[in-house]
Amino acid sequence: MTIRAHAGARTAWVFVLPVLAAIVLMLILPTLLALALSVTDYSVYALADWSNLRFVGVDNFVQLFSTPLFWRALGNTAVFAILGVPMAIGASLGAALLLNSASVHWKPLWRVLLFAPYVTSVVATAVVWRFLLNTRFGLLNYALSVVGIAPVDWLGNPRLSIPAILLFVTWKVFGYNMVVFTAALSAVPQDLDEAARLDGAGRWTRFRHVTLPAIGPTVLLAAVMSVAGFLQIFTEPYVMTLGGPAQSTTTVLYFMFDQGLKWWNLGQAGAVAFVLFLLILALTFVQARMGRRYEWL
Amino acid sequence: MAVRRARAVLSTLAVAVLTLLVITPLLWMVTVSFMPRGESGQFPPPLWPSRWSWENYHELLARRLIDGAWFDYRIVPAIWNSLGVAAVSTLLGLLMTVPAGYAFAKLRFRGRERLLQMLLAALVVPGQVAMLPLFLIFKELGLVNSYAGVILPSLAGIFAVLFVRQATMSIPDEMLDAARLDGASEARIFVSIVLPLLAPVTVTLALFMFLGSWNDFLWPLIVLADQHLFTLPVAVASIAREHSADGELMMAASVVTTLPVLLLFLALQRFYIGGLLGGSVKG
Repeated sequence: MTIRAHAGARTAWVFVLPVLAAIVLMLILPTLLALALSVTDYSVYALADWSNLRFVGVDNFVQLFSTPLFWRALGNTAVFAILGVPMAIGASLGAALLLNSASVHWKPLWRVLLFAPYVTSVVATAVVWRFLLNTRFGLLNYALSVVGIAPVDWLGNPRLSIPAILLFVTWKVFGYNMVVFTAALSAVPQDLDEAARLDGAGRWTRFRHVTLPAIGPTVLLAAVMSVAGFLQIFTEPYVMTLGGPAQSTTTVLYFMFDQGLKWWNLGQAGAVAFVLFLLILALTFVQARMGRRYEWL
Repeated sequence: MAVRRARAVLSTLAVAVLTLLVITPLLWMVTVSFMPRGESGQFPPPLWPSRWSWENYHELLARRLIDGAWFDYRIVPAIWNSLGVAAVSTLLGLLMTVPAGYAFAKLRFRGRERLLQMLLAALVVPGQVAMLPLFLIFKELGLVNSYAGVILPSLAGIFAVLFVRQATMSIPDEMLDAARLDGASEARIFVSIVLPLLAPVTVTLALFMFLGSWNDFLWPLIVLADQHLFTLPVAVASIAREHSADGELMMAASVVTTLPVLLLFLALQRFYIGGLLGGSVKG
């Protein structure tokens, strides 16, 4: 028996070691190095010759915090999250409620089609949406012109560029949480809803007092998780606006990419990575705390 | 009865209209890609080509001689690059994560619980934070500008291991113990008992991995500098930054990038959406 147990343990290690090695080498170690990078003056000179590398302590952070564009990027990312989370979660919830209605026919068909944007490449669909949002020939402005609204310069106006990109992001991602919410909605007690209806409760009252308490924790979890998604937004501005106009769509990750790989200020970029890491870590703590409160975990 | 019927028609219609709105960008992408050059650049924007033309696809995909030099947008090589990278990273990913997920669920070894906790904790680490140091390491190792450089980071599949572990928990221990009593080796048990039971989960995971790799953008953008090695999203993004005015051409590029995965998703959607629901339920 001990021989067998020993053999089992050996098999187990053969099974788990390759992936553990990949995780340590490709994720854990580089993350620690990012922290190390942030206290050095790693730049083109160090890239050419390691001996040019110097320890600079918190200089990168001091410099970072006095860079207006960093604060701008942080602010833009916050706007993305603050506007984007209600938009995306609202769209998912609306679609899920609509789809959940008992009288709807051919549900699987609608569900698959509504989910389709989620599996497409961000780059390719961002290209499509850039064209869709075109001021002169775009489909969206055409639709608005039908109801008498003058052309809107969606991606060229610094005040509208984030909402315009968010329209695209919402379209792209809402299907995911729609499916998650549909599953949660199917667990809402039907007899309770029916009883409330017989007692004369209206549609909103029933939603507020029967549906929402049942799916609330799921919605909250989805909201917190999508904040993390919005903190990592990069591809959309990269393809649609190049971070502009007037740096209105430069996000934290976009700033890090430019600092690190365009200007080769890798020490500075490491500091940005560290800040991003702390933000996501903080968010996870919030998520875990709420999870304990609502007994997800 | 009539009221119920009317309600069914109305709510189905509402969902149908919403669905049409949502897939309009995708449909429009396809119709514009077949329009003759410049046709989409007018107001009101045409929804349907005046005549169906393959010229955008021809320009995008064919090599031609311009002023004595061969020129193309390198989309065809990019399709093969994307296909190869996605296939290899899916295959290696499955080979590494499925056995590991099984081991974490069913095999006893020292430190299992602690390792599992560390995996859960590591889920917090955003991949983007690791990217710059990884780039520098790969530069030292000569992995920058190589397919290996694109694929290796995707093998750190924490989510995949936990996903397989979750699915494996439902296999009864008695089944494995019976095979052990019959003298089957651990490897044999995994191959002939566990793997067949995990087949649907493996298909789901393979689909997640393939789509993830096919659509991945930031890391391939960082690690690949040579245009000949570009994956599709990187190639399309680089054309999009130069040819932003060429609506029809860009739509053709988007169709080429999205259509293969859309078809794959439609064919296997049962596995995809089922996996999503299984994965989202906390255990």
